[in-house]
Amino acid sequence: MYAGDMKDDRFIRALKLKNVSLHYGPVKVFEDISLEVRQGEFVVIIGPSGCGKTTILNLLSGHIQPDSGQIDRHGDIRTVYQKDGLFPWLTVSQNIRMGLRSIADPQQRESELQSLFGLIHLEEFKDHYPHELSGGMRQRVELARVLAGNSDILLMDEPFSALDYQTRLRMRHELVRLLEKRPRTVVFVTHDIEEAAQLADRVLVLSKRPAIIQWEMGIAAPKPRSLTDPEVVEAMKAVLEELGVLREVAV
Amino acid sequence: MAIDLPAGITPARKVKARSSPARRRGVYIWSLMVFVAVLFLWWALCYLNVFPAYALPTPAAVLKSSWQDLSSGTLLNDIVASLWRVAVGFVLSAILGIPAGLLLGQHLRAREAFLPMLNFFRFLSPLAWIPFAILWFHIGDKPAIFLIFMATFFPLALAIMSAVATIPAIYFRVAKDYHYKSFELLTKVTFPAVLPQVITALRVSYGIAWVVIVAAEMVGCQDGLGYGIWEARNGLRLDSAAGYMIVIGLLGMGIDRFLLQFSKLPNVRWGYER
Repeated sequence: MYAGDMKDDRFIRALKLKNVSLHYGPVKVFEDISLEVRQGEFVVIIGPSGCGKTTILNLLSGHIQPDSGQIDRHGDIRTVYQKDGLFPWLTVSQNIRMGLRSIADPQQRESELQSLFGLIHLEEFKDHYPHELSGGMRQRVELARVLAGNSDILLMDEPFSALDYQTRLRMRHELVRLLEKRPRTVVFVTHDIEEAAQLADRVLVLSKRPAIIQWEMGIAAPKPRSLTDPEVVEAMKAVLEELGVLREVAV
Repeated sequence: MAIDLPAGITPARKVKARSSPARRRGVYIWSLMVFVAVLFLWWALCYLNVFPAYALPTPAAVLKSSWQDLSSGTLLNDIVASLWRVAVGFVLSAILGIPAGLLLGQHLRAREAFLPMLNFFRFLSPLAWIPFAILWFHIGDKPAIFLIFMATFFPLALAIMSAVATIPAIYFRVAKDYHYKSFELLTKVTFPAVLPQVITALRVSYGIAWVVIVAAEMVGCQDGLGYGIWEARNGLRLDSAAGYMIVIGLLGMGIDRFLLQFSKLPNVRWGYER
């Protein structure tokens, strides 16, 4: 489900922020920010650190209430954190079962669990505890958990930034592959431009505080995308340009 | 752990596993040596007559009197009496202290209201309660149980309260995503999240209980290990008193070992591996 083949349901909205403002004491985090995310869309939010990327996710998920403005959500929302989102007292399969709680039929739950294990290839670790796994494996379990059952919207808060570079590369492909099997609406926050260019249907660049959406760009190239695809390189250049990084480095 | 390496390749260095059998044997040998050294020191103090014989009995005298206490049945009777009192007091304070800690940990307002009072009682030595214990509960098991309870309830509730208050917020956010609510939130998120610290707190407060039992049984009791020491003192039988002290120390270690096993449960091990 990518921007290109979405013509029929292009206007089904999954998430909407309208004229949202938020202050932390004297600090204005957002002043009148608006944002819409279509169903099935993969939106990447990028921006300088401390600009409120994570706060947008917290607003979307309802963990934080705005001072003013309107937030609409259409569907069940789950969040993937940078790390430590799995419950350490539950085994891998018990953690994934958390995502299957809404399925009443035990047989259906079991077959769902099996198919999720088939997707993430961690069957042999099903009775392990999270602290016994590597960071990359833990995030794969986390992906299985958020994709389990009937979630609709995934909010991802720098989910791969605690991983080493090679694992991060692999996890991007893993995510694309899993979303192909189980399409979801995704809002993905990162400071990693490569990640944005490889994953996004649409990239949003946030400004410094009080943050507004300073710039946005659609990327229509089919996924999975290699880092060296011309569209990806193009997109990376465009984002770097927008962030002003190219100029700074050139000087 | 034998790893087959291709010919011509030797392992760079031997890695010693943290809890290999060989290493554990080594630990035992060292602690045995320390034990023997302390025993020798004791014996040397006796041999050199640093204290008069009635004030510092020899290891042999202690062994002999312990054997007498054991064969007459008094020692065993005292052990059972003390274990019973500690168990009842300790279980009572766990039954009340764990829920109290969970509740206070979850509600900031309640925490702020109760914290000064809990701290106040925590710093009151249980010995200060002895007169009240006797007047309220007279003689027998009850005053001792009361003292054990007073000694352990407050530190236990406080430890669990602060454990709950410091549960990472991320767990509650995840719980909300997966629709855990009220009671389920308590039993499936809050409680397992603090279980490792609950086990540690139980071990600590058991330690307090076991220490307090000696003082608690010096008044209002007709048996028990503390009473036994008091009796021995009155009869100037320090050999018997020392025997009781050794029993108290060994039993304390043994029960702590038992409680330590709970921290090896698979669903709490994460809490100790840092």
